[in-house]
Amino acid sequence: MNKLNEHTIKQAREGLRRKDFSSVELTKACLEQINKAEPSINAFVTICKKEALVQAKEADKLISSNQDLPLLGIPIAVKDNLSTLGIRTTASSKVLDDYIPPYDATVIKKLKDAGAVLLGKTNMDAWAHGSSTETSDYGTTKNPWNTNHLPGGSSGGSAAAVAADEAIAAIGTETAGSIRQPASWCGVVGLKPTYGRVSRYGVIAMASSLDSPGPITKTVEDSASLLQVLAGKDEYDATTSPLPIGDYTLPIESKLNNLKIGISDEYFIEGIDVEVKREVLDSIKKFEEMGAKIEKIKLFDPRYAIDVYTIIQRSEVSSNLARYDGIRYGSEREKFGDEAKRRIILGTYALSSGYYDQYYNKASKVRSVIIEDFKKAFEKIDVILTPTSPSLPLPIGATNKSIMFGEIADVLVEPSSIAGLPGISIPIGFAKKLPIGMQIIGPQFAEELILQVAGTYEKKTEKEEWRKIKPNL
Amino acid sequence: MKFDVSHIAKLANLTLNPSEKNKLEKELEETLKFINNLNEIDTTGIEPTSQVTGLENITREDEAIPSFPQDDALKNAKLTHNGFFKVKAILNNE
Repeated sequence: MNKLNEHTIKQAREGLRRKDFSSVELTKACLEQINKAEPSINAFVTICKKEALVQAKEADKLISSNQDLPLLGIPIAVKDNLSTLGIRTTASSKVLDDYIPPYDATVIKKLKDAGAVLLGKTNMDAWAHGSSTETSDYGTTKNPWNTNHLPGGSSGGSAAAVAADEAIAAIGTETAGSIRQPASWCGVVGLKPTYGRVSRYGVIAMASSLDSPGPITKTVEDSASLLQVLAGKDEYDATTSPLPIGDYTLPIESKLNNLKIGISDEYFIEGIDVEVKREVLDSIKKFEEMGAKIEKIKLFDPRYAIDVYTIIQRSEVSSNLARYDGIRYGSEREKFGDEAKRRIILGTYALSSGYYDQYYNKASKVRSVIIEDFKKAFEKIDVILTPTSPSLPLPIGATNKSIMFGEIADVLVEPSSIAGLPGISIPIGFAKKLPIGMQIIGPQFAEELILQVAGTYEKKTEKEEWRKIKPNL
Repeated sequence: MKFDVSHIAKLANLTLNPSEKNKLEKELEETLKFINNLNEIDTTGIEPTSQVTGLENITREDEAIPSFPQDDALKNAKLTHNGFFKVKAILNNE
């Protein structure tokens, strides 16, 4: 029997409904695990113990009067760049050390309306600038599978909290890799929805044409049930799509007959970890056994996406961070860390008079090329399978070696982000006792499809030995 | 290529000390070298993409709705005066 904090959303919901345990008990179990694990992994910036227990008590009242909400009484951790009414929101930067938002982000409002209990705010790279959490002003988060290693980032705290069973599930945000890469490195499921599927209102903006909030969970099924709550048009975010949301929580099929899966050599990039490559190729064989057809496709070299992403992201960062003047809230601009300053300077340079065409405009044109390339690919195949990260989780300190660390770590997720496509990273095994992830990329708004494909794989491999291993904390 | 980091910092409203300036100048150069591959791609006749949703001119009714009470709006400000944000003078000798 699982400990309460080890439950998935589905297990917790069933247990709460059967009154096997209360939301207060479930929340206390998570808070106890947080107490135990935080000294070694540092996944949280702020723990909302008091507020969480009040919300849990409320949830228990509703449960006892037979109310049914999709996340009623379920403790969830959220990344610290999501504005939370009355609860400090720092984006892991000292600039916002004392900022207490006067409103909830749409994602937070939707979680609350669905009955969720907010456990706390998770650590991240400051302003989401990075792929390691090492740029956080509140210390690095450690990988629960081996605390000498990085959890990935920027949503490293959310991924580590889920992997360490400190929360039943968590919310992250992704600009290019920030959900999928830490999910991969922490051995959990991370879904980056199509840009515009989940509202950005109240998310501390990084790169506005790319930012996409999404779920980080223990299972694919949980990912689907969280997306069902988060997705949809929001009048406060004009870029959210009016297209109706899918039925993400459909039962998972056991076969993938007639599904065409594209595999591209360009994504088994030079320098890829041999064990990552082997595990991903092994998993692809399992998809064939499930009835899918594997087709080799040629995709645009993902390395160009690094250039496009760097230019677009830095430019949008310099614009978004211009609002921090220390007048209405937060501290003065001197408190920006090295990474934020580096990005503001590059972005300002790329947008400055005389350089716009050479950088931002050129990058935006190559962005069109990448979008077109995926469109063509999806005329022939249904989904694309690739490794999520070219490496296993790297040791703490790896970012010091290269100022481009994050972009290199995210090379395999950047092209689909630039094109606004949905992608899901799922765990497929271990090497050197560290997790490996694989991603499934689909066309715009194909969340239903990629969740089905991921879910079928999860079902087929649910009895595999490696799934029984827990981090030793 | 030589960068005028002081000029860029001024545009970005960042105050940098001399050692930060030196460091950023080097790093900017290094980054620009790293991302210098886009010219290998022919983009003649290709329109730039600035957003991927395809949505255009999204508007809403121009209706007044309740906004933050003054107290809430001012709660996070370091300096206030009679219910206003207080800022440093931006004009001198007027």
